[in-house]
Amino acid sequence: MPTLLEYRHRLRSVNQTKQITRAMKFVAAAQLRRAQSRVFAARPYAHEILEVLRSAAERVEQPIHPLLERRAERRLLVLVLTSDKGLCGAFNSNVARRAAAFFRAHKDRELKWIAVGRRGRDTLRKQGFRLEAEYVDIFRRLDFEHAREIARRVGGLYAEPQVDAVYAIYNEFKNVMTQKLIVEQVLPLAPEVVAGGAAGKLRDRRAEPDYIYEDPPQAIFDSMLPRYLESEIFRILLESGAGEQAARMTAMDAATNNAADLIERLTLEMNKARQAAITKEIIEVVSGAAATAA
Amino acid sequence: MPIESIALQVVTPDRRVVEESVEEVQVPGDQGYLGVLPGHAPLMTELGAGMLSYRKGATWYYLTALRGFAEVLADRVTVLAERAERAEEIDLGRAEKAAARARERLGRLQDPEVDWARAQAALERAMVRVQVAAKAGSALTEGHRPEI
Repeated sequence: MPTLLEYRHRLRSVNQTKQITRAMKFVAAAQLRRAQSRVFAARPYAHEILEVLRSAAERVEQPIHPLLERRAERRLLVLVLTSDKGLCGAFNSNVARRAAAFFRAHKDRELKWIAVGRRGRDTLRKQGFRLEAEYVDIFRRLDFEHAREIARRVGGLYAEPQVDAVYAIYNEFKNVMTQKLIVEQVLPLAPEVVAGGAAGKLRDRRAEPDYIYEDPPQAIFDSMLPRYLESEIFRILLESGAGEQAARMTAMDAATNNAADLIERLTLEMNKARQAAITKEIIEVVSGAAATAA
Repeated sequence: MPIESIALQVVTPDRRVVEESVEEVQVPGDQGYLGVLPGHAPLMTELGAGMLSYRKGATWYYLTALRGFAEVLADRVTVLAERAERAEEIDLGRAEKAAARARERLGRLQDPEVDWARAQAALERAMVRVQVAAKAGSALTEGHRPEI
């Protein structure tokens, strides 16, 4: 049985850990609120650009663009999104596991990897994946510029063409309690993006007479598609960022609770030990006294 | 029934900047400024870097709008800009300093350190900000029209 002193030390250390995890939980909660509102704030742009893109697509002769071209998926590029920092539960390991599964499922293809987030980069490197590009330390100050840079790289590789399809593995922010792990095809852009298949749901532009174009329609269409890709990647980054904070908050909450349980148990054990020590002392005194009396 | 107002929307990748019913819009197209009144013919243009202004009643409001697209329909104007700021969000002092800095960089013709395109873009941005911020001061004048 540990001594009283050992219990005290142990208790102090657990208590300190609890204070830290509690503080981290509150920080994560605050960051989560910010990240969440950014996810929502980015939606109007994504929605509008899709609408304008569709209506432009209807008006160009043939919506042809390198980013729309479909090829046999022989060479794949995979974007792996994780966090830069740890202590966020299974957030990163889930992604890593999925990336490994993706690798096994596509052994017959040529795979290229891009890591976004320090954690994923380290894991992929350790497992010997060759990284085409890596973006670390971007989540602390996530900006649309990051999305643009990644989109330029990804779009470039696709258009060149060095890869035939681009996938993203990331955590989507569902709500505070859950993140959904997603494997999503980023490129080629889904045909319904420009085909207007869901156009019925959009406001009816078909009734409108044709546009006056300040620029040739094809030129507008051409510069719009990359922007759509940028906004898609920005959305993925924001989702993952918000998911990270949610995961951290949940993990730190659990850690704080565990620490509290541990403190309770340790306190109880320590008191028992103290009792035992006191009892032993009394017995010694009493039996000592009895011995002298006799 | 004639169309009397325009539903103006200005969105950037990270937020919705304006969502209002307005009576007149001036859009900084890449080929020059476009004045839009309700009932305008459908039009699509790329944006340059410039000042976007709109009128509600007798009051004009000013924004910067940097690159992107604008779609004009009879009762609707949608502006998708890379960046947009309302005049009151602009820090005039900072914008002026940024403009001076960019000018200074552009002045160093021989310096290989200077990223020409970046400095030029920075100057353009800063100048639009200065222009819009300056406008905001006089914006509340009755019947004032933007001089472009």
